[in-house]
Amino acid sequence: MSYTLNHLKTLEAESIFILREVAAQFQNPAILFSGGKDSILVTYLAKKAFYPAAIPFPLVHVDTEHNFQETIDYRDSLVKKLGVKLLVGSVQESIDTGRVAEEKGYNASRIRLQTTTLLDTIEKYKFDCCMGGARRDEEKARAKERFFSHRDEFGQWDPKNQRPELWNLFNGRMHVGENFRVFPISNWTELDVWQYLAMEGIEMPSLYFSHKRKVFNRDGTWLADSPFIPMKPNEKAEEQVVRFRTIGDITSTGATFSTASTLDDIIQEVASSRTTERGGRADDKRSESSMEDRKKEGYF
Amino acid sequence: MQNTMTDTAEKFDSKSYLNMELLRFTTAGSVDDGKSTLIGRLLYDSKSIFEDQYENIRATSERRGETTVNLALFTDGLKAEREQGITIDVAYRYFSTPKRKFIIADTPGHIQYTRNMVTGASTANLAIILVDARQGIVEQTKRHSIIASLLGIPHIALCVNKMDLVNYDEAVYNKIVAEFREFATRLKTRDIHFIPISALNGDNVVHRSDKMKWYEGVTLMYLLENIHIASDINHIDMRFPVQYVVRPYSDEFHDYRGYAGRIASGVIRKGDKVTVMPSGFSSKVKSVELDGKEMEEAFAPLSVTIQLEDDIDISRGDMLVREGNLPKQSQDIEAMVCWMSDKPIQLNGKYFLKHTTKDARAVVKEIKYKLDINTQHRITENPSIGMNDVGRISIRTTAPLCYDAYTKNRDTGSFILIDEGTNVTVGACMIID
Repeated sequence: MSYTLNHLKTLEAESIFILREVAAQFQNPAILFSGGKDSILVTYLAKKAFYPAAIPFPLVHVDTEHNFQETIDYRDSLVKKLGVKLLVGSVQESIDTGRVAEEKGYNASRIRLQTTTLLDTIEKYKFDCCMGGARRDEEKARAKERFFSHRDEFGQWDPKNQRPELWNLFNGRMHVGENFRVFPISNWTELDVWQYLAMEGIEMPSLYFSHKRKVFNRDGTWLADSPFIPMKPNEKAEEQVVRFRTIGDITSTGATFSTASTLDDIIQEVASSRTTERGGRADDKRSESSMEDRKKEGYF
Repeated sequence: MQNTMTDTAEKFDSKSYLNMELLRFTTAGSVDDGKSTLIGRLLYDSKSIFEDQYENIRATSERRGETTVNLALFTDGLKAEREQGITIDVAYRYFSTPKRKFIIADTPGHIQYTRNMVTGASTANLAIILVDARQGIVEQTKRHSIIASLLGIPHIALCVNKMDLVNYDEAVYNKIVAEFREFATRLKTRDIHFIPISALNGDNVVHRSDKMKWYEGVTLMYLLENIHIASDINHIDMRFPVQYVVRPYSDEFHDYRGYAGRIASGVIRKGDKVTVMPSGFSSKVKSVELDGKEMEEAFAPLSVTIQLEDDIDISRGDMLVREGNLPKQSQDIEAMVCWMSDKPIQLNGKYFLKHTTKDARAVVKEIKYKLDINTQHRITENPSIGMNDVGRISIRTTAPLCYDAYTKNRDTGSFILIDEGTNVTVGACMIID
């Protein structure tokens, strides 16, 4: 017997360690669940970490209500299968109660509004820790994020003053009113995620696989034809064979032309891809530091 | 763009990724040693930079009036860093080849470098230390090497960079190597490699240089892909810090009590006789499992759940060890500390302490010396340990710690100190035998 592990097993062991630290160090933690592959992975790893006990965290979905129906169907069936509690924070409610104002125009998006809803949801349920599926390889501001990321009483991230994180020792101490964001899959790349999902044979939402869909092109991004995105006069929907590399709010999730219909196909495609997955995300294209700015305000 | 991904696509064919290992490394160098360029070069030549990222840095290079695409820009992170052209905090980078996945802890060269380098070094298998061929070994080189040695990084790759600026001269390289070998006799790290490179032009980074025929060694990438790391983990002394107790409270698993944790070192098998620390009770391993699947044996660094034959009171912070191979146990601990706070360490000061999964409080009984990190000289007269300083301290803890020397076990030999007022991590400590 040789005592070596492949990179996927090593990453799994690390992520499970983090999930258990969260359960041990916090009073009222939750998993932020977007319906995308990364939050599905975190949920799946949480099941492994605590089996045969139930996952000791609720899933929190900050819902823009601009969803793909497939995402909601998958979410609901997963919740049922795992017997985990689902809590929904509604952006629509934040708009209706005047906490935030809906953006106007063709590129209107509810991404930025999610921050207020998220912070309100944390406040409402008194979560002291929210876990997310963010990965450091996704985006340059995230490359500097800790596993245990401290947030002040306003939910803000202070990138210049982060706690050093040494060995496998994670410091979750805080004052009343502060909270933590924890990212159990920080060290995974997009390719690692797909390889692991294939190795484990995990069922994924249909949106990730090749399918026919009506899409239209805006500034180089193929967006789904949807009542939530008003088309400009010169834009026209056409049927294409596509899949989604990331799944988020429908208004900012770009489709890619693809015939990948299995997890193995996706691994091949990702391995040979020449653009990053967030390259299709309209929310990151707004400015060079849009993710960093959103994070400082309290975004995932 | 000259890169194509076709060969990478072939490389990832079939299920070969199931045999990839993970290697963590850190990079250190002084400000202008070309560290960012080297990382950019590794990523670019291993085809890990994507078109949109490349396009981004190409446009930025052009905007700044640079004549070539500046690969160093790839590692720029935060807005303030891009504005000031410096790196503020440890950033993590990822790339993989068919053999291995790599995690780079990219640590800044100047501001708070000790603190950042220690952070990056704490989990690294290997440290790349960069030397400017024109400058040779400088104070920073020694400092970085001493930190790498202190943190117990098993392998060092000393890369003599900017060989293009010294006409790829073998004599320049040999002189630097000789000087470092002399200095390195005082380091704990046994495995040291030397490579002449030009990160700017890519010589000996991923591709062999045709300008340094006199160099018969391997490229940096070959070293990263092939260096033996399986022995970096202690597979001898079984240590299992209990992280969390799994109690399902369901009808099906009514009496189930599982001890969840990550194996810090060694191997654990079903049927092994174990001792529970600190209580000293003995039992036998009933099962080693994860997700309901039993395994015959498990080893570090796997996360597993363990059931014991006997019903003993065990909670988070306890440690399961193999009978007859016990860690040390004491409330009085001697350690090297790397200090990470503006406020110097306080003699008789009290701090929160985190060691494996155990929480305690500690009082600093003595500051024995401060280490001059450039010379390894010990300053014993009125030593004060402030930000970025390294020194030796004695502490007393509120509860006994079960530990091994850091040189034997990085997980059970390390702890952190936390300021009781601010809750900030202020000290990184390595236990001395």
